[in-house]
Amino acid sequence: MTTPKAAGLTRRQQYEAAQRRRSTLIAATSTALVVAAIIILVPMTPGWEKVQRSFFNGQTFVDTFPKLLDAFKINVMIFLWSAPAIAILGLLIALARDTKSPALFPLRIFGAAFTDIFRGIPVILTVYLIGFGIPGLGLPRPWNSPYIWGSLALILTYAAYVAEIFRSGIDSVHHSQRSAALSLGLSERQVTRYVVLPQAIRNVVPAQMNMLIALQKDVSLLSFIGPVEIFRQAGVFKSLLANFTPYVGAAIIFLIVTIPATRYADYLMAKQRKERR
Amino acid sequence: MAKLALRGVVKRFGDATVCDGIDLDVEEGQMVCLIGASGGGKSTLLRCINLLEVIEDGEIRLDGEDITVPGLDPQTVRSRIGMVFQSYNLFPHMTALENALLAPRLVKGQNSESDRQEIEGLFVRFGLADRMGNYPDQLSGGQQQRVAIVRALAMRPDVMLFDEITSALDPQLVGEVLDVLLQLKAEGMTMILATHEMEFARQAADKVCFLKDGKIIEEGPPSTLFTAPREADTQAFLARAIK
Repeated sequence: MTTPKAAGLTRRQQYEAAQRRRSTLIAATSTALVVAAIIILVPMTPGWEKVQRSFFNGQTFVDTFPKLLDAFKINVMIFLWSAPAIAILGLLIALARDTKSPALFPLRIFGAAFTDIFRGIPVILTVYLIGFGIPGLGLPRPWNSPYIWGSLALILTYAAYVAEIFRSGIDSVHHSQRSAALSLGLSERQVTRYVVLPQAIRNVVPAQMNMLIALQKDVSLLSFIGPVEIFRQAGVFKSLLANFTPYVGAAIIFLIVTIPATRYADYLMAKQRKERR
Repeated sequence: MAKLALRGVVKRFGDATVCDGIDLDVEEGQMVCLIGASGGGKSTLLRCINLLEVIEDGEIRLDGEDITVPGLDPQTVRSRIGMVFQSYNLFPHMTALENALLAPRLVKGQNSESDRQEIEGLFVRFGLADRMGNYPDQLSGGQQQRVAIVRALAMRPDVMLFDEITSALDPQLVGEVLDVLLQLKAEGMTMILATHEMEFARQAADKVCFLKDGKIIEEGPPSTLFTAPREADTQAFLARAIK
């Protein structure tokens, strides 16, 4: 018995097509089973009715969601002015740590101390210390604003991490690139500026994307020192309505932003891995 | 006066003496080939001449001027001595043309249209006219290495150093790179090559030096060094290298 030659496919292609159809079918069946089990089993738990009322209340969700979205603008704002400051400060610290000039030795020590200190303290503690401490000096308005000092706390902490990522990027550029550039007569500074940094920064874009995503979430920590951003706003609603649904609403808003960003970072990573091979 | 004169050059890495008192004269327009097994000090010697390595002892004179005086700014020396590496080392984030334009612009401030045309002329001369806009990863190994040569030539160096520039190439691409060297020799460029291409050295070199354990064991015109080597080490090496 001969198999019919479908659309001129080779034996191998026919076999692979059949395999693909089989895999898809198995994946679809198993997914359907798991989803069905959750839908059927979770409502059978004794506390489900209560949880549904306090976390998944449709009316509360509809009532509070627009206000949460409004509060999220504050997160976005803080994010938008912190991120560039972090990138610049992080790069400067990375360069300071790799400087060889003896005159800049204090800068190198400072860079090392900076990264050690701010990577070693929990973000929330830095936010508290700077966010409450500095306005406590009795500065006049607007210099006592928690927006300024809270943002600074985030900037310092994140710059420490970002600096280390930039340094790993600088290390990832092969030393032969430096040799080649030096052999052409470029100065050390020119080599860094025109040959090493452009490659280093490109190499660490995916890793820095992940830092941006983490920052977007950590902006919420500023709620502890005052700004009514989305997390704080959800807390206000929770107290007002005695219902946790606003927190779910806030989580959904975060996910709307972070999931595409995470996917994009993963895509960049995968692309980079492919290019290296 | 020799274009380039080395006297008693010593280079150590920790306990290992990689260059052990090397004397070498290179006349204007000469092509000198350094041969010998890997680890004999060929590459390190070239890196010393380009001041990429700091020598422990001895001196190197370019046009009679000692370029190894401690405290001398290496930049001005390096812009007079071009170097090409085994692994091309093109800057991957720039096109072939941008690779060649970078150093003249930064070091010499050559930024005009005529400077640019002159460098484009180098690409044309070495058969790379249609490759100027390509990034290194879009070029074959032979093309990349020729771009690397053009990049070094763009600085208008007095001397060119070539560090095993065909060793990473597929055999069928070696010829196009060696042709560039012959072209440069015809134009009167002073060149030093570290090479494993014995046939090329035999045909094209004015002088061949055999290095072993950081010393020049034997040197002479290729006609005598290849056909009637005096030293036992040279004979042994050549017997293995030329089959």
